[in-house]
Amino acid sequence: MNTRSLAAPAATFTPGFIMNHPLFKPMAALMALLLVDLIFIPGFFSLEVKEGHLYGAVIDIINRAAPLMLAALGMTVVIATRGIDISVGAQVALSGTVACMLIADNTSMPVALAAAMGAALLCGAWNGLLVAALKLQPIVATLILMVAGRGLAQLLTDGQIITVYYKQYFFIGSGYLLGLPFALYIVAAVFAVVALMMKKTALGLFIQSVGINPVAARLAGLRTATLIFFTYVFCAACAGVAGLMISSNIKSADANNAGLLLELDAILAVTLGGTSLAGGKFSLAGSVIGALIIQTLTYTIYSLGVPPEVNMVVKSLVVFAVCLSQSAEFKNLWKRRK
Amino acid sequence: MSTVIANARRMSSAPYFTALVTVILLVALLLAGGAAYPGFLSLQVMLNLLIDNAYLLVIAIGMSFVILSGGIDLSVGSVLALSTMVAAWLLASAHWPPVAVIAAVLLLGAGFGALQGVLIHFFKLQAFIVTLGGMFLARGLCYLISINSITIDDPLFVTLSQAQLSFFDGFVSPGVVIALVMLAAAIFVAHFTPFGRAVYAIGGNEQSAHMMGLAVGRTRVAIYAISGFCAALAGVLFSFYMLSGYGLHAQGTELDAIAAVVIGGTLLSGGYGYVAGALSGVLVLGAIQTLIAFDGTLSSWWTKIVIGALLFIFCVVQRLLSTRSKETQ
Repeated sequence: MNTRSLAAPAATFTPGFIMNHPLFKPMAALMALLLVDLIFIPGFFSLEVKEGHLYGAVIDIINRAAPLMLAALGMTVVIATRGIDISVGAQVALSGTVACMLIADNTSMPVALAAAMGAALLCGAWNGLLVAALKLQPIVATLILMVAGRGLAQLLTDGQIITVYYKQYFFIGSGYLLGLPFALYIVAAVFAVVALMMKKTALGLFIQSVGINPVAARLAGLRTATLIFFTYVFCAACAGVAGLMISSNIKSADANNAGLLLELDAILAVTLGGTSLAGGKFSLAGSVIGALIIQTLTYTIYSLGVPPEVNMVVKSLVVFAVCLSQSAEFKNLWKRRK
Repeated sequence: MSTVIANARRMSSAPYFTALVTVILLVALLLAGGAAYPGFLSLQVMLNLLIDNAYLLVIAIGMSFVILSGGIDLSVGSVLALSTMVAAWLLASAHWPPVAVIAAVLLLGAGFGALQGVLIHFFKLQAFIVTLGGMFLARGLCYLISINSITIDDPLFVTLSQAQLSFFDGFVSPGVVIALVMLAAAIFVAHFTPFGRAVYAIGGNEQSAHMMGLAVGRTRVAIYAISGFCAALAGVLFSFYMLSGYGLHAQGTELDAIAAVVIGGTLLSGGYGYVAGALSGVLVLGAIQTLIAFDGTLSSWWTKIVIGALLFIFCVVQRLLSTRSKETQ
C-alpha cells in the first residue's frame, strides 16, 4: 500500500493515470452534477459572508451531507471486510435520543455526549460480537438491531419526540467555527484520523486482506475476528456522532424518524465511491465523494423545481447505473457488440 | 435419563427441528395469552390473526423462495405499495374494470421481480443492492403517480373488503382464503416439482447446481418474479383491507417478511427450510402484536423489541445447530 502511494506522484499527469484512478468515476459524476447546477441554478457557486459565517449553496450541501459522510466512512470500513451494517439508522436514533433525554434532564453536556456515544459503542459491540464471535451473516446480525434499536429508542422516550433548548448542544449540528459549519470540522477530523491510520499503519492493509480472503488472512496470522469486531464498533461510533449532529440540528430527538433510511444512503454512498460490496479494496475519499453526490443530487432536484418525489426514482436509477458500470458481465456485453 | 437426552439430541438434529421450535413457540404464545387474558383463545381472535396478516403471509411466501435460493428481496414492501397505488389509480382515473386492474397489477409485480432477477443473475450483481435499488424505484414510482392517498370505491373491491366468509362460529376475509391457497400452491411447487428442487439446489450450492445441469439462470429469474408476484398479490389484498392506494403503505414490510421467514426456520444462507415456515413465522409475529394489543399497557414499540429479541434467539439457535451438524459430518 505504502509503495503504491509513494509511486503515485510520478505518474500524476498522464491522462491514462487520471482515467484509471479509482476516484475518477465518482469525481466525474460529481463534476457533471455541479456543471448542471452551474448552468441551471443561478448563483449556485456564489458565497456570501453574513455575520462572519459563509453562506451559499455549496456550504449548505456540505453541511447537510455531514451526517451521511460520517455514516458512509464507518460503512466503508465494514463493507471492506465483506460486512454490512443496516442498523446505522437505528443507532443514529438511539444516540440522538440518549443525548437529548439527558440534556432535557439538565445533565451536563459532556456526560450526555459521553452517554450517547456509549450507547452507540454498545450497539457496535453487539453487532461486532454477533458477526465476529457468533459468525452470523452481517445482514442478519445487524437486522436484529435495526428492528429492535428504534424500539429501544422509543422505549426510552416513551414514544414522545424530545425537544431540547440548549445552545451549546445546537453547536454540534448548526454551529459555525471560523466561518464554516462546525459539523464539517468533525467530518474532516474523523476522515483525517481514519485515513492516516489506514495509510500510515498496516491497518488498511489488514482490513483489505480480510475482505479479499478472510481464510487466507486468518491463516496468515491476522486476528480477523478482532478486526471485524472493531470495524462494527467504528461504524457505530460514526453513526453515534451522526446521530448527535442530526438531533442537534433539528433540536429534538425523534426515535421513529431520525436517520430513517440513512443506512441505505450510506451503502449507496460507499458503492458510488467505488468500493465493491464484495469487500476488499476500499476508498474512504470515494465514500465522502459518494455522500456529496447524493446530497448534491437531492439539492439539484429541489432547486430545479422538479417535484421532490422524483428524487427516489433518480436515486434508484443511479444505483442501477453504478452497479452495472461495476459489472464485468455488462462490460463484456458492450465489448461484444462493438 | 440417558435415553431422554439421546432422544432430545436426535430430535434437535432433525431437519424440521427449527420449524418445530417455531410451532411450539406459537402454541406457547397463544396458551400464555389465553391464560393471561380471558377471550384471547376464542376462534375469532385466531381468525383475526390470519385476517390481519394475510398480506404479510403472501409476501413471506415469495420471500421464502428468494431466501431458500440464497438471495434476498428488499423491494417487496415498496412493490406492495406500488401495486396498491397502480390499482387505485387505474380504477379512479383510467376506469379499468377491476378484474383487468388486478391482472395488470399482478403482471406488473411479476415483471418488476423478473427484471431484478435478470440484473442479479446475468450481470452478477448482489441481490441486496439490486433489490435496494428496486425498493427506491417502486416507492419513487408511487409518488410519481400521486403523493396523496387515492381512495378505492370500486364496487368489487368494496364488496371483497367487506365480505365475511363464515368459518364455524367465526368468519374470515377473502384475503385469508387467497393467502392460504397461495401457501398450498407454494408448498406444492417447493417440495414436489423440479423447479422447487432447483431452488433448494441453488441455495445449497450454486456452482454444484450449475454443474448438475440445472437451469440456474431461468430458475433465479423465476424466483424473483415469484417474489414480485407475491408482493403484488399482497398489494391487492392490502388494497382490499385498506381500500386505498398510498405510497407510504407497508413501510418496513420487507423486514417483517424476512423476520417471519427466519423465525419460520429458514436459514438465510439458503438451501434449508420449509415454505410452510412462513405461516408459523407470520403467525408468531401476529400473536406477539395481538398479545401486546390485548395487554393494553404495553406500547407498540415493544413489538419491535420482542421481534428483535426473537430474531436474535433464532439466529443463534440456527447458528449453533449448523456448526454442530458440520462437526458431526
